[in-house]
Amino acid sequence: MDSLEIIIKYWPKLLDGTLMTLKLTFLSVLVAAIISPFLALTRANASPMVQAPLRLYISFIRGTPILAQLFLIYYGSGQFRPILQEWGLWSFFRDPFNCALLTFVLNTTAYQTEILRGGIMGVNRGEIEAGKALGMNKLRILQRIVFPHAYRIAWPALGNEIILMMKASALASVVTIFDILGRTRQIFSRTFDFSIYLWAAILYLCITAIFVLIWRQAELRLNKHIAPSDHLSADKK
Amino acid sequence: MNKLFSKKRIANMCLAVAMSLPIMASSATAETLRVATEGAYPPFNSINSSGEIVGFDVEIGLELCKRIEAECSIVAQDWDGIIPGLIANKYDFVIASMFITEERKKKVDFTDPYYLAAMTHLVAKDSKITEFTPETMKDKVIGAQSGTTQSDFVEKTYPDADIRLYPTQDEASLDMASGRLDVMVGDVLPLLDWATKTKDGECCELRGEPITDPAFVGDGVGIALRQEDDALRERLNKAIAEILADGTYKKINDKYFDLNVYTMK
Amino acid sequence: MFELFSFGENGWGDEILDGVAITAQLAIATLPIGLFIGFIVAFAAMSKNKPLRAIGYGYTTLMRGLPEILTLFVVYNGAGLLLNTIIKWWNVDAQPIDFSPFIAGVIALAMVFGAFSAEVLRGAFNALDEGQVEAGRAVGMSPNVIFWRIKLPQIWRFALPGLGNLWINMLKDTSLVSIIALNDLMRMTKVAVAFTKQPFTFYLVACLIYWLMSLLSEIILAKMEQNANRGIMRV
Repeated sequence: MDSLEIIIKYWPKLLDGTLMTLKLTFLSVLVAAIISPFLALTRANASPMVQAPLRLYISFIRGTPILAQLFLIYYGSGQFRPILQEWGLWSFFRDPFNCALLTFVLNTTAYQTEILRGGIMGVNRGEIEAGKALGMNKLRILQRIVFPHAYRIAWPALGNEIILMMKASALASVVTIFDILGRTRQIFSRTFDFSIYLWAAILYLCITAIFVLIWRQAELRLNKHIAPSDHLSADKK
Repeated sequence: MNKLFSKKRIANMCLAVAMSLPIMASSATAETLRVATEGAYPPFNSINSSGEIVGFDVEIGLELCKRIEAECSIVAQDWDGIIPGLIANKYDFVIASMFITEERKKKVDFTDPYYLAAMTHLVAKDSKITEFTPETMKDKVIGAQSGTTQSDFVEKTYPDADIRLYPTQDEASLDMASGRLDVMVGDVLPLLDWATKTKDGECCELRGEPITDPAFVGDGVGIALRQEDDALRERLNKAIAEILADGTYKKINDKYFDLNVYTMK
Repeated sequence: MFELFSFGENGWGDEILDGVAITAQLAIATLPIGLFIGFIVAFAAMSKNKPLRAIGYGYTTLMRGLPEILTLFVVYNGAGLLLNTIIKWWNVDAQPIDFSPFIAGVIALAMVFGAFSAEVLRGAFNALDEGQVEAGRAVGMSPNVIFWRIKLPQIWRFALPGLGNLWINMLKDTSLVSIIALNDLMRMTKVAVAFTKQPFTFYLVACLIYWLMSLLSEIILAKMEQNANRGIMRV
């Protein structure tokens, strides 16, 4: 069987895997995007005592391989099955998808928090003062001044993090999830045809490329009111 | 002078890297063969707490090496990559409880079988499953090792089941013990060993008739070689016949099993 | 509990330590090769020659878009096959060559490290103060001397934080080689789990060891940054 026949025969499987990769990445990033603003504010403003556990968590996540984190949660939870069952949590951990999702959420939340913290620290003090002078309350200042600015600063780095997350999601295949890489390995173990890995590479590159385009459009829109001419010239360079 | 980039320092760094790489060429004096096995398939091949690769496959392999007067080094290789690795010449033959199947014969050659095998279903002791049909297996979570004849069997026989494929049998067993799987499909001997001899395996038992359909279990278990290595295959075949005839095979067999795995009786 | 991690026959302490050694060797062997690739790709991406520039950019885009684990599979399974096909085509009687998991791991990790470090180095080159180069010329330095005495120390200073991050990422990425059967820390942990059936205990220990290595790296990197910035006035 040559490589063209293989792709014709197996493309539904690869498509299925692509959807799984997208689903896993999207859900992880989404959950993290909901949690991370709160954590980032804590990291930027709270007292050192409050920050300590958060810093420990972020340091742990950043200092350990995501593969080890995944095994720790997936196979590690199996060691505590009786306790988890008692607490009614086992039905969650029983599903490999949930375990992978939990790992990826924990992982990307740590990174997104740090990126967003950088954005918050980068907001001009004067603008916050201006908000206060206008009589805005704290929540208003966060909504109208701090977060819009922080996201604008953090936007490119957040985009990078999402790409990294998408790539890391390939590890889910080692805990029996049929994402792109999982399907690829399955097809390879049947056909021993190496070209299937190249198809997988093309799929990952396409996802990255499409995402970069969308993210950049969003960035232009975010920054539209500041200095559009600036961005046009930056693009031409 | 910037200390970090002095020429001597760079030269030293290069030297250190060169020395840390394993030497690629092997000596040409005695015949040395590299033998691959998986190392995650007890009791046939596994790694013990001293970091050594041990098991029935390994002992048979080393005995055969002795008979063909070669010096063999055993390497552990991930199952998914074990046939591509053989073709890419990462090692000279594979003794890893591999079924001789038509699909694999397209890529590699096999020696005569060195043991016979069948597959089986394994369930939790309190499981209510008694029959294994496509209907009863619908929506059940079934685990098997990926890239094996077992995974082939599961995927073809139970299309409506929730199939989970693991890189190693050990990992599938871990999930069977933790209750993630309703059913596990694997070779009779490793599963029997796991269910009767390990603490983890106490949860579970073999159930149903053994699966002996030749479409899946092939012609038994053989040693895989590259297709051009006919001479080596002939020498190994002769050696297999030899150890069967002079009782060496039986001695190794009895260390691991209560029955004769060559005849399955 | 402690018996599990003892050294010797029944414990896994020595095996795990062996794994740590392989992990460290892998990372240390990858670093210079990856940096070398990084420099070449950065120079290509900055060159005036258009095709060369396209290759430089193409390479970084490609490597940064692919999951590291896929790169590793492609190098490990594919490069061996490719190399042997070429050799066979060149000379039918040639002995096929060996491609150990260690070398495959180093090559794959260095390819990834090279792509990311090229970006960091390019940024550092762009941050160079042209005035200093001119000053060097004015005092009669040759281009070679200017590179070694003026450009490189500064690029080093600008690139160090970025490269430090990449080093820690690469250290963590070494865990991926466990999937292609190299006996690194992760692999030995897996073997211990298969034997002892205590996944949580062993994976937690593995995580802690990686964490320790990352923290150590961070401390050393902070010292190196201090050292690289010693001549710079703080504003």
